[in-house]
Amino acid sequence: MNSSSAPQSPPAGQLLVKTSVAPHAAPAPSKTKISVRGLDFFYGDHQALYDNNLEIPAGTVTAIIGPSGCGKSTHIRVFNRIYQLYRDQRASGEVRLDGQNILAPGVDLIELRRRVGMIFQKPTPFPLSVYENLAYGIRLHYKVNRSELDGRVEQALRAAALWDEVKDKLHRSGTALSGGQQQRLCIARAIAVEPEVLLMDEPTSAIDPVATARIEELVNELKQQYTIVIVTHNMQQATRISEFTAFFFEGRIIEFGPTIQLFTNPKERKTEEYITGRFG
Amino acid sequence: MRRRPSWPRKLSDVIVKVLAALSALFGLVFLAWILYVVLRHGASALSWKFLTTLPSPPGVGGGGLANAIIGTAAMTLLACVMGVPVGLMAGVYLAEFGRGNRFATLVRFLVNVMMGIPSIIVGLFVYTIMVRPVGHFSGWAGAVSLALLIMPVVARTTEDMLTLVPNSLRESALALGVPHWRSTVQIMFRAAKAGLLTGVLLAVARVSGETAPLLFTALDSPYWPHSLNGPTGNLTVTIFNYAMSPYPNWQQAAWGASFLITAGVLALTIVSRALAREKK
Repeated sequence: MNSSSAPQSPPAGQLLVKTSVAPHAAPAPSKTKISVRGLDFFYGDHQALYDNNLEIPAGTVTAIIGPSGCGKSTHIRVFNRIYQLYRDQRASGEVRLDGQNILAPGVDLIELRRRVGMIFQKPTPFPLSVYENLAYGIRLHYKVNRSELDGRVEQALRAAALWDEVKDKLHRSGTALSGGQQQRLCIARAIAVEPEVLLMDEPTSAIDPVATARIEELVNELKQQYTIVIVTHNMQQATRISEFTAFFFEGRIIEFGPTIQLFTNPKERKTEEYITGRFG
Repeated sequence: MRRRPSWPRKLSDVIVKVLAALSALFGLVFLAWILYVVLRHGASALSWKFLTTLPSPPGVGGGGLANAIIGTAAMTLLACVMGVPVGLMAGVYLAEFGRGNRFATLVRFLVNVMMGIPSIIVGLFVYTIMVRPVGHFSGWAGAVSLALLIMPVVARTTEDMLTLVPNSLRESALALGVPHWRSTVQIMFRAAKAGLLTGVLLAVARVSGETAPLLFTALDSPYWPHSLNGPTGNLTVTIFNYAMSPYPNWQQAAWGASFLITAGVLALTIVSRALAREKK
């Protein structure tokens, strides 16, 4: 098995290439938002990630692909330290968010999780009204009065392209919405607290194709403001929505680079085998 | 290949169905029978006077069980006030904070043991710590012994109900930056609301029919319960004493008390069923 060949930082030129393909999509050559160095991860005695190195540029969509069980989800679950809910899971190495190592002791998890939002595979609306689903997080992190709160809720629902569908049922239960709407509600809930990074763990795998298309559109709009890292099983989805792609295999990052390059001209044989459907 | 004939399969299907139906019927017959007997003998004992006046001496007609009704209600309520919060918090610890932790395993084991301890032993225990030292029976001791019976049941159901809430909901609350205790109280409790209430109500229903723990603690008293510092009248010990007495009016009162308890437990069960069903 070859070691990780992830570039330390994507060359600016590649970003510009991408920009010419999708003029509205990529921002100017940007700085690194999340920098992963030497990340190992363990479930008890079982090691799930080996020496992961990754530089995620700010204001872009980075897709993480790879076969089941290769550590894609495990990797992004380190970014908000959600894995810490489980006693037997631990990470070592460095994950720097704007230069600050979030794995260091003394990191304020609440603030970290405000800055790094997460969307899960299955929609997980809270058992509260649509309005309260958003207001809950806003009140938690910000001092707002009633009218500011109303404004922010509306703003987040609009940003998640959900406002028109729910504006007349803000006080109905969030769990009564359709699956696709629930997922957009979760996205709205995450962006309502004004995060910087959005982690999406296969956000469309439990949702029908039409709703999936809407969420992909949404991701495309959201990347103007947020750095998005999306785990996906669907390689077409990765090519549709991401600027950069990382290919994971057996806990290692085999290849990382601009999405077009990784899918059209992969450097590693393993990547080529995977994207051409020879395994996975 | 020769097909296997289908008649043995169909026959065994019919046999199992019939056996299952008969068993269900067998159980239901006894339930209906108990309800019928209690209702027939008990309903005739009921009257306004029965609910509002003190017991009359043997042989003298009339009289009621107001003291026992108040005593049972007061001790049960007090037992809830003491037992439910402790049980609830223990359950929260087991389900949310002590996962995979040795201390939690020990607590869980103790809870299971406590659930299995015969109630008469709980009564004796409280007798040695609360009745003997002060030299007299008391309603407080009665309430404490009932609380000790409520506690493990509530702890157990709380743990079970919180464990049933999908992990993704727990994670999504934490991923939003909600502190764990807060997500437990505001999100998880709400998601498990119906189950938690049912658990509490069933625990109360169970102890409201307990006699043994009260025999050594509250004992009984034919007077108005002015405070819980002395022996306190209650329905179950009254049934025990009156049903064994040779006086017809006392026996009649015992039936009345049986009816009250049965009706109370039935009402609690129905309420808890309705709550469990109403969940959205």
